[in-house]
Formats: sequence, C-alpha cells, structure tokens
Amino acid sequence: MDKEFTTVSIPTSLYKKIEEKIKGTEITSVASYIGKVLREHFAKEEASPEVFSREEEEKVKERLKALGYID
Amino acid sequence: MIAPHGGRLIERVLAGDKKKEALERAKSLPIIRLDEDAVSDVENIATGVYSPLAGFLGRKDFRGVLDHMRLADDVAWTVPIVLDVEEVEAAKLKEGRDILLAAQTGEPLALFHLEEKYTFDREEMAEKVYRTLDAAHPGVARTRQMKPVLLAGRVDLIQAPATSFAKWHLSPKETRVLFREKGWKTVVGFQTRNTPHIGHEYVQKTALTFTDGLFINPVIGRKKKGDYKDEVILSSYEELLKNYYLKDRAVMAILKMEMRYAGPREAIHHAILRKNFGCTHIIIGRDHAGVGAYYKPYAAQDIFEEFPDLGIVPLFFRSFYFCKKCGSVVNEKICPHPPADQIQFSGTKIRDMLVKGEVPPVEMMRPEVARVIMRFKEPFNE
Repeated sequence: MDKEFTTVSIPTSLYKKIEEKIKGTEITSVASYIGKVLREHFAKEEASPEVFSREEEEKVKERLKALGYID
Repeated sequence: MIAPHGGRLIERVLAGDKKKEALERAKSLPIIRLDEDAVSDVENIATGVYSPLAGFLGRKDFRGVLDHMRLADDVAWTVPIVLDVEEVEAAKLKEGRDILLAAQTGEPLALFHLEEKYTFDREEMAEKVYRTLDAAHPGVARTRQMKPVLLAGRVDLIQAPATSFAKWHLSPKETRVLFREKGWKTVVGFQTRNTPHIGHEYVQKTALTFTDGLFINPVIGRKKKGDYKDEVILSSYEELLKNYYLKDRAVMAILKMEMRYAGPREAIHHAILRKNFGCTHIIIGRDHAGVGAYYKPYAAQDIFEEFPDLGIVPLFFRSFYFCKKCGSVVNEKICPHPPADQIQFSGTKIRDMLVKGEVPPVEMMRPEVARVIMRFKEPFNE
C-alpha cells in the first residue's frame, strides 16, 4: 500500500454527530466509523458472480452426477 | 447466489491446446519443486478457492495483509499466501519470465509468471499472523522454517496432482452448480479437522434449521501430531451423513489446505474460502482454528466486527454439552442446570476411549461413527 491513509472533508456538524454516535462503543474514532460504513456500502455493491456457459455447466453437472452428488 | 470474494471467481486452469502448449513449453523452463502445502495453494488459486487471488502475493498485498488484514485494493484477506524459496534459487530466476511449478515427484503442476521477488521478516510475519512468537505454536514454528525470498506472480494450472480423495474434491465452480441444482439459496459452511461428535452435529443441524443446505468442508492436508488422519475424518462423516442427514440438505467436499492454527485470522480466511464455494453463512464456534491457549475462546468470533464487508454471514455458536436434567444437547444460554448435570463433548476424552477400544456413550458420539473410527488401526497423525 503506497499511501495508507488520506484526508476527506466532511461537514463539522456531521463529524460531531458521528463522535456522539460512537461514544461508548468499540469504535475508537470517526475515521474508523466512516471506514466501516463505507466498506459495508461497497460490500452490498459487490459484483454478481459470473454465469458459466451452458457447455461448462453441463460438464460440471455430469461430474456431479458421476460422483453421486445429484441424481 | 452469493458473489465470490472480490466479485470474481478466478479460474486459471489450462485445458485443451493451451495445456498441450504449456506442457511443451515447460520442458525448457526453470523448475521449482513445491511441497504438498504449496501444491494445494497453487490448486486453490487456480480453481478459485482463493478468489480474488490470481497468484502468490506481491509485496504490496503481503504488507497489506500483515498490517491491515487487507489486500492493497482493500479487499479483506488475513492469511498470506506466499511462495518462499532459497536465496540461491531466487537469484537464478528473472522477473517477467515463466517458471514451471512442479510437485516433489517432478510432475508438472503449473506455469508461474514471476512478477516480483522480495524478502520478508519471518518474526514479523509470525507475530502478526499468529499473535505470538512462542515456538511451540505450530504456525510460528512453520514460519520460522520458511525460506528467505518470496516470489510473486500469477499461476496457470496445467495438471492438478492426483488425490486419494478425488470423489470428495469439488472446485467452487462445481459447488456453486451443485448448490443451485439442489435449489439452495442459503448454504451454511462447516469447517472441520475432526471426526464428528454429537456437539458438532447439533451445531450443524441448528444452523441448517435456518438455511437451505449444509456444506461440510473438512480440511485435508498437513495437520499437527495427534489430529485425526484425513481418511478417518472423511469416513466418519460419510457414515454420519448416511445415517443422520437428509441427502437433499447436506453435502460434503474436501478443502485441500494446510491448517495454520492462526485462530481469529484463520477464521476470516475460512469464511472467505467458503464464500467462494458459494456458502452464504459459516459456522464459527469456540476457539475456531485455534490451538493450545493462544487465543481467547471467542476471539475468532469477535474479529468479524472488523470485517463488515465480508459478504458471508458468520453464525456464532457457544460450546454445547449434554445436560442430563434437560435430557438433550444444550448450551449455557438455554440450560439452567449446574455443571454436575453436564456431559462435555471433550475431544480428548472421546479420543482416549476410542484408543482403548471403548465406544463413547451415545450422548457424546454416534455409535456408527465410533465404530468407523475404531476400524482404523492408527487413526491419528504421528
């Protein structure tokens, strides 16, 4: 990681609101809270899995049948 | 279906003409012979078990994993997947060139596109990954034996080595098709390196009550002395599945990988791998992937707080025991009775009984499972 942290400006009022919110929790800083929220947000947007081609899928199904996993 | 970790299922397995070409090219390439653990790593990278990794970690990713438990692009990753070689061997290899990775027998395994060579601090790696420098910790001991130079680069699998457990060996692509064919939208993964006792079965079935399917995924590979042998684990689970599970609700497949006993970090690693197999949930019990008393009993559950972006949902379980008064398997959250009424599922106690040729009581282990284990002359790793 070339640069591990960077600075982002947010309204002071929002900063204070977050400070209040994390008081008494395991989250130790506003930066940690924002990092956590953003990671949650990006996780929701994670790309859909690739769709296998029909041929690939049939091949896989044949193996699964041969091994007794599916009928 | 849950997205693979990092959003893309890696598949780097050569087939057809590409495989033929690779085998031909391999004849003129420098060779690195890998031990069994590294061979498994190559296979896991190429078949997508380690998605989004497409190869062995480069320096930036390695630093990110040690310092922040994340790859350089912020994707969660907690256990370094690296290829270590001696200095003299590294000196002969040039970045930008291809190398043949082979099994100890010399059998071609994979093309390795060498991108970077770098050194590392074994003590730092041991301390960060295992949170201890005690030489008695198997992971620390193993790290101290690592060679001094790490090689980074993508791999393309030519041919996976034969495994004695081929019928249980499925890739993430295959499990994903399997789960879909079964009609499972939610699947809970169960990591194991043990034969099943009643406590394991209870945890699995409790989780299965709330999901569509159960994926039992024993780790096959190097383990510590005294652990059950791979064939014993698989045979005992086969028996359990046959007698006590619905065929349409539970399946088993192996994961070829060394156990590192890294406790909390390894719990996240295990979750990521099961996500790649298509699991939406993973069971995390007491002292998951721990050894000795190096980690707090529930540290492997607490660490999930640091990974809100993991995607797979951990299901946390407390220790289960049999309560004579309740007449069933319970845990401290649901049973009001004192320890005198409890029968703990002690692995050591069960092991001692099996060694003496005694079938453990039915409250602890299914008799069919016990009998299968007792059929093995030496069921434990030496």
